[in-house]
Amino acid sequence: MPHDLVIRDRAVAPDPWHYVGVASAEELGQPLPEGPVAVPLDHWLAHGPELAGRAGPVGVWLKPDDEPTRLAGHLDGLALIAVHFPKFTDGRGYSIATLLRRRLGWRGELRAFGDVGRDQLFYLARVGFDAFRLADHRDPRSALASFDDFSVRYQGSVDDPIPLFRKRAAANPEARYG
Amino acid sequence: MYRYDDHDRAIVAQRVAQFRDQTRRFLAGELSEDEFRPLRLQNGLYIQRHAPMYRIAVPYGLLASRQLRKLAGIVRKYDRGYGHFSTRTNLQLNWPKLADVPEIYAELASVEMHSIQTSGNDIRNITTDHFAGVAPDELVDPRPYAEILRQWSTFHPEFAYLPRKFKIALNAAAEDRTVLRIHDIGIEFVKSAEGELGLRFYAGGGMGRTPILAPVIREFVPWRHMLTYCTAILRVYNRHGRRDNIWKARIKILVKSLGVEEFARRVEEEWADLQESPDVITDAELARVARHFAPPAYETLPASDTSHARHVETNRAFARWVERNVHAHRVPGYAAVTLSLKKPGVPPGDITGDQMDIVADLADRYSFGELRVSHEQNLVLADVRIRDLFAVWQAAKAAGLATPTVGLLTNIISCPGGDFCSLANAKSIPVAAAIQDRFDDLDYLHDIGELDLNISGCMNSCGHHHVGHIGILGVDKNGSEWYQVSIGGRQGKAAALGQVIGPSFAAAEMPDVIEKLIDTYLALRHADERFVDTVDRVGLAPFKARVYGDARELARAA
Repeated sequence: MPHDLVIRDRAVAPDPWHYVGVASAEELGQPLPEGPVAVPLDHWLAHGPELAGRAGPVGVWLKPDDEPTRLAGHLDGLALIAVHFPKFTDGRGYSIATLLRRRLGWRGELRAFGDVGRDQLFYLARVGFDAFRLADHRDPRSALASFDDFSVRYQGSVDDPIPLFRKRAAANPEARYG
Repeated sequence: MYRYDDHDRAIVAQRVAQFRDQTRRFLAGELSEDEFRPLRLQNGLYIQRHAPMYRIAVPYGLLASRQLRKLAGIVRKYDRGYGHFSTRTNLQLNWPKLADVPEIYAELASVEMHSIQTSGNDIRNITTDHFAGVAPDELVDPRPYAEILRQWSTFHPEFAYLPRKFKIALNAAAEDRTVLRIHDIGIEFVKSAEGELGLRFYAGGGMGRTPILAPVIREFVPWRHMLTYCTAILRVYNRHGRRDNIWKARIKILVKSLGVEEFARRVEEEWADLQESPDVITDAELARVARHFAPPAYETLPASDTSHARHVETNRAFARWVERNVHAHRVPGYAAVTLSLKKPGVPPGDITGDQMDIVADLADRYSFGELRVSHEQNLVLADVRIRDLFAVWQAAKAAGLATPTVGLLTNIISCPGGDFCSLANAKSIPVAAAIQDRFDDLDYLHDIGELDLNISGCMNSCGHHHVGHIGILGVDKNGSEWYQVSIGGRQGKAAALGQVIGPSFAAAEMPDVIEKLIDTYLALRHADERFVDTVDRVGLAPFKARVYGDARELARAA
């Protein structure tokens, strides 16, 4: 059943955002709807200043083949960056998120939307997503538990850059190696 | 070998719980087949021709005897009493029930094993030299590095949904026993002029429809940067590898289409940002992991043993086995032993649960309780005292594990083929069996000399046919099974891809075709020249002429 819910801060809340131009690019030719809107990357880069004057919050959403570093210098005024997953098996968004957080230093909301399900949440949260709009047929409430699928992580990522091996060493400073 | 600590145990236990829940949701209809597929594949579970196929990881081919005994118990309890070792050094079960797989997974976890990322579009099992740690020609023991890579690649959040599967191999020896350059990333240990240990990175190798030997992407990466440089390569691939066509989705296609220089430039760009990354490996971590691979308690022994020498002199069959299946060891008085899984009449790489138990006992008694799986689908006891070789041979012979043909024609490397695999175009095992049957004279086999024969049932090339001296590929022509033959491929430092000799053959013709290739070689060879060297020297023409007969026949066959 379709829903208008988003997971933020590990809780389910209504999602007021409208992702303009996902279903069809023609939407962009029409007046933007009321309320929070996320527009495609090209649209934001071309019309950012006009959009900033708008009443509601403005966000940008990226396709898997968008170059996230084009947002460098264009983050001011953005209330949201969303990354679209047309298929959950398309993993480009994971690298996009990593670059947005690490290279561009984006600290605002980073949202995954599209074909997103509970079995992706653990990985998505690790690379820096903090909001998740699940696919329409996916129940976000039952998905919450999957954030805790793993209590240990081997490698560093955006959520925790320190890999396990550095923690093992720190927890056992007396150990004599070799 | 590496032993889990509480962290490693927790990760595997939580994975088992996660997969148990995913399987439950699938069986309850909460997950569709399309949704479940990538999840089960990331846990090594295929749905195959007859039943699920479940692939158990054997990280860098290393097994403890207690693990092998557990595998023996698993194949008896959940399967039909046998398993199949693959060219990726994993163990495949052909007949498990879907609902049992979470139970098998839990049993694996109890002996520090798993099936994580043995399939799917993720970073697969890391492979290395099956003589790692004992080879006289190695620069360093690659296993600690392989274990560090295993941990780093396990559930890497950025690289869990790659365009396609991703395979990494490491080689630290002068001779390459890993087929390094057919991997997505090949890492070769090197020393700089200043004596610093580093890594030469190859990327973009692979088999399949477009076989490519990986080019060098960077000549020298400091070893501490093994993970950061892999991250840079994988990020470029994850973002830019093709996702629109499964046949063009491997990294080799990206490297080829960008060109090596441009690909390397992009990797450098990513890597520049990772110089200060916490993923830079510390001395403490290398030392911690390396401690797990410390040499066993070797005895001080003379380099030779008189009783062994006497057995070699007086027992022809034993001498032949020693010649083919016993390998040099860096410690005097010790040798590495190949236990052959190439007994004629048995599918290459297959082993019964009872044989596993016997091998586990042999490992305990003669080789410090450990063994290895080789990419040639044999098992290796790496640390056998030379004076024990005769006893090991007798026990192995009684168990059907002493076929003295390592490196010879009938040591066939083969995928499971169309008898089991739903991807295959053609059967592999009956062709292997027919060839082994034709060449059953050991004297003749030894006279033919070193010859790698590889069979793949389809272009996925699980049997590595591209690098076989003779490669056989199953192809589908109008719904029937045919076999294309290539010659001149080779593994090792001088790796090369074989060339197709001409139109394909029916299964029944294959023993004749192989025999004609061998006859041609025997007629043309110079002293001490291997089959593949003769092919290199004289080219394909004489082989083609002999196999396809005169020009008229050739035209008809085409």
